[in-house]
Amino acid sequence: MTEAPLLTVEDLNVVFQTARGPVHAVRGVSFELGRERLGIVGESGSGKSQTGRAILRLSAANGRVSAKRMEFDGIDLMTTSEKQMRDIRGARISMIMQDPRYSLNPVMTVGEQIAEAYLIHADATRAEARERALEMLATVQIRDPETVYNLYPHQVSGGMGQRVMIAMMLIPEPDLMIADEPTSALDVTVQMQVLALLDDMVRERGMGLILISHDLNLVASFCDRVLVMYGGRVMEVLEAGQLQKAQHAYTRGLLNCIPELDHHQDVLPVLERDPAWLTE
Amino acid sequence: MIHVEDLFVTFGHGPTEVRAVRGVSFSVAHGEAFGLVGESGSGKSTVLRAIARLTNAWTGTIRIDGTALSHRRDRATARRMQMVFQDPYGSLHPRHTVNDILQEPLQIHGIDRHDERILGALDDVGLGRELRFRYPHQISGGQRQRVAIARALILEPEILLLDEPTSALDVSVQAEILNLLVRLRQAHGLTYIMVSHNLAVVAHICERVAVMNRGRFVEELTADSLRSATPTDAYTRQLIAASGGYDRELARGIVTYE
Repeated sequence: MTEAPLLTVEDLNVVFQTARGPVHAVRGVSFELGRERLGIVGESGSGKSQTGRAILRLSAANGRVSAKRMEFDGIDLMTTSEKQMRDIRGARISMIMQDPRYSLNPVMTVGEQIAEAYLIHADATRAEARERALEMLATVQIRDPETVYNLYPHQVSGGMGQRVMIAMMLIPEPDLMIADEPTSALDVTVQMQVLALLDDMVRERGMGLILISHDLNLVASFCDRVLVMYGGRVMEVLEAGQLQKAQHAYTRGLLNCIPELDHHQDVLPVLERDPAWLTE
Repeated sequence: MIHVEDLFVTFGHGPTEVRAVRGVSFSVAHGEAFGLVGESGSGKSTVLRAIARLTNAWTGTIRIDGTALSHRRDRATARRMQMVFQDPYGSLHPRHTVNDILQEPLQIHGIDRHDERILGALDDVGLGRELRFRYPHQISGGQRQRVAIARALILEPEILLLDEPTSALDVSVQAEILNLLVRLRQAHGLTYIMVSHNLAVVAHICERVAVMNRGRFVEELTADSLRSATPTDAYTRQLIAASGGYDRELARGIVTYE
């Protein structure tokens, strides 16, 4: 890619001050993102979600974020005022969280929530916002948008709730989408449809996508590039389709311990962690 | 050993009636591992909950070694059949130590030699004895699931009902728990019924698998034929294909099976 990257992250560090001393959640992460699909994969505690949150400056209050450079489309995210950040969040960089049950407002219909997301970022009337929200529900493959528009979050299934979330995040047409485990709570067939939707946004609207997930096989089959994280560090960067050529012992260990449908092993190899991974 | 015949589970009535399980029959032999796979809402967990009598909204017959189970849970069956749940965060009492958690079933069933049995159960599931007086929040997710398995095993049951026992865990921890389940089954000659949405996990543990959709068995097949991708049913084939990673063409062609 010859054009300037959409997002540049250089030497990102996130440290949390806790009662038991500082916890270094992200340690020197660097990457560039164009209008492409970048995956960040790791186990719990690897720092993958904290990397995503730091980009949007959504780290918890006891977290300290530092970076040599964190730039989005010419904007320095490290020095931007909180007011400017509020204009960027949602409109230009958006984030899909894992669990729709905690991310949706329980006392507002899902349709109104999507329309509200549009009204905040666009100069439109309520009727226009409603129209756009209905269109968006259809885009995320909801069969009966008119009915679903008037449902409350507790009345929709997990898969439908996640599609509602995605509709809400896509409606302002952001340039960059950070999706944190967007499909982990979903059935495999629904997961596939949700990913296809995100795929369309990248291909058709030139959106940049960061997909954060614990599922190495899924991310590798979907993304153009994959960062493998462990203990807050990037262990390895893999190009699409190169998963089987992974070099790092951590990546290889992760791949080996996943049971596979096409061949049976009596005992699954267990991942042996090398303390050197955190220092080398 | 376990015979389920014509099992129906219906929740609610009138216009809000949900027929979660609609006429399911199967048998599991002594020492066998039988898997139930399907997507959310397929009724797979409900079948397990009916066998455990965690719901009483079922009709049909459930027999263990020829004896029909009643709708009420009884101690004699509880000793023979125990359950492990999906979420090791929700299924352990947060104010009970590991020791309390393992001791409770022994007290309820009036079983002696607590110390010996608790230490034995910890050894059996590969938990260090130093964890005995810890609280659930002081141990990792994988260790919690080992505690849940130890609690199920402490009554020396013959049957374990496993409801998505590894889906809340990281893959490296999942591998450890799956290895443990394989080893325990061999060591104690256990019979398993395991529910999971993950085909590879079920095929790893079980010899036979039933695929469920909308409360019914779509097909029953051996783990080998699931693995060699020779199932006859279109729904099963789609499920296998969708489990194999992202494929744009496949995503376009996904159909809903009623």
